[in-house]
Amino acid sequence: MTVPFLILAVLTVVGTVAAMTLRNLIHCVLALTLSFAGLAALYLQLGAQFVGFVQILVYVGAVAILAVFVIMMTRGAGPGLHPIFSSFWTVGSLVAAGVFAILAWAICASNLSSRILPPQTEAAVRPIGDALMHQYVLPLEIMGLLLTAALIGAVVLAMQEKRRTP
Amino acid sequence: MSEAVSHIDQIFVIFLHWLLGGLPAAARPAVSAIISVIAILVVFALLFAITTVLERKGLGRMQNRYGPNRVGPFGFFQPIADGVKSLTKEDIVPHGADQIVHFLAPVLLVIAAFLAYAVLPIGRNMVLVNLNAGVLYFFAVGSLVELAVFMAGWSSRNKYSLLGAMRAIAQMISYEVPLVLASVVILMAAGSLSTVSIVDMQARYSGVWPHWFLFRPWGFAGFILFMIAATAESNRSPFDLPEGESEIIAGYYIEYSGFKFALFFLGEYLGMFATSAMAITLFLGGWAAPFSFLTWIPSYLWFFAKLMVLIAVFIWIRGTLPRLRMDQLMNFAWQFMLPMTLINIFVAGVWHFMPSGLGRWVLCSVLLIAPCILLIGSLKQQKSTEVRKYRFAD
Repeated sequence: MTVPFLILAVLTVVGTVAAMTLRNLIHCVLALTLSFAGLAALYLQLGAQFVGFVQILVYVGAVAILAVFVIMMTRGAGPGLHPIFSSFWTVGSLVAAGVFAILAWAICASNLSSRILPPQTEAAVRPIGDALMHQYVLPLEIMGLLLTAALIGAVVLAMQEKRRTP
Repeated sequence: MSEAVSHIDQIFVIFLHWLLGGLPAAARPAVSAIISVIAILVVFALLFAITTVLERKGLGRMQNRYGPNRVGPFGFFQPIADGVKSLTKEDIVPHGADQIVHFLAPVLLVIAAFLAYAVLPIGRNMVLVNLNAGVLYFFAVGSLVELAVFMAGWSSRNKYSLLGAMRAIAQMISYEVPLVLASVVILMAAGSLSTVSIVDMQARYSGVWPHWFLFRPWGFAGFILFMIAATAESNRSPFDLPEGESEIIAGYYIEYSGFKFALFFLGEYLGMFATSAMAITLFLGGWAAPFSFLTWIPSYLWFFAKLMVLIAVFIWIRGTLPRLRMDQLMNFAWQFMLPMTLINIFVAGVWHFMPSGLGRWVLCSVLLIAPCILLIGSLKQQKSTEVRKYRFAD
């Protein structure tokens, strides 16, 4: 564990905790954005440039803005009246601890942790592109089709409706 | 290239190596990065100061008035006066404002604007970091600006600033799609996301003519589309609805005063310079000279010459075109820019697989011009010319 990793980990965890405990919903979104950015920085620290930058582009640039828009369009963004901790927080924390235990056990039991990977300083974009275009071309095409359909749908929504005569 | 010319071209690189020479090897990367960052901060902040006075002079000339002419010779020391004024003004924070977010918004904006310069090659061997995914980094950092704008608009607790922020975000998100898609053709042609290798590909010559991507049908169309989207991204006229003075006073930075207000201006201009520099890197050959017999002029001078030309175009457009309406803005983004960028990507693919010759020039040009005319026609048809009925004012 290096010092940059510790800083980034603390940043990410603090952002996540703040996102759950702050009273003001917009503050929660901003704190969540901080943890997204911390996660992206962790990817970058591992040498995964492509994943890190896509994480910033998609999560900080789009998902955070989407969350903000949703909050502003649904109801008042002011602090809520109900308490931060719900009445059944003990059950919730038990479930969370259980999920964490299972995940941690799965990771420790797998051969991922014992396998020693050659240290990669820069995961180039080209292998990712090659893998997407050869091995995973079908999932890519399906995703592309789905996203294109969504894009065309947005354009159709934006098109001017035929004006009806009164 | 002769020895002396190449030394002048590399003078800053040589100077940096000379400065680092006396240091222990362990400290060199950090000190080198700090010196480069300081150079970028100083140069582009100075360029911002020069551009403000040039813009006011240019706009003044277009609007048949003098522009600033009181401070220094021909008013060229105006930025100093502006700086002193904004530093000495009181920093007013509204009582209802969210203090922390209100403070952080301009800081984040300027940080995001400056971060983009890390991957821009200013001259031969003059780039802060040669990232493997440089173009992606540029767009990722650019998307931070939206968050800063929202923070500014929301934290001011002012209806006008919130409206301005909403307008700005809607506009930025809409035009980010064509901005990225317009640069995809270059990534297809160059086969790389690194800004340095994209410029290296363009810095070759056949005869006296350069290999700029601008001189391809898809490159030319891509450049025009990129520049339109860049104008919208930097909230400049004719896409300056977020700060429409006549309807929402000044948009998301109404409640900012003093130096924070100046920081917003700095961020806006830095964003404009950065996207212009990206357009230069992608389409106009970066630091490469336009003709092979002009390579003796240092590469950084070419970069800044191209940057000044693009800034002049921005000022010219600001003085010429009126502001769009919100629905026109959105229709233009989704019904013209987006289809055109997608067609442009298709044309770049056709160009790649056709044998070289006149045939592919003709076919690709037709494939680009025909849909362009059709799309403009369909945009024009929607324009209704009936007398406007006002619901309340009759």
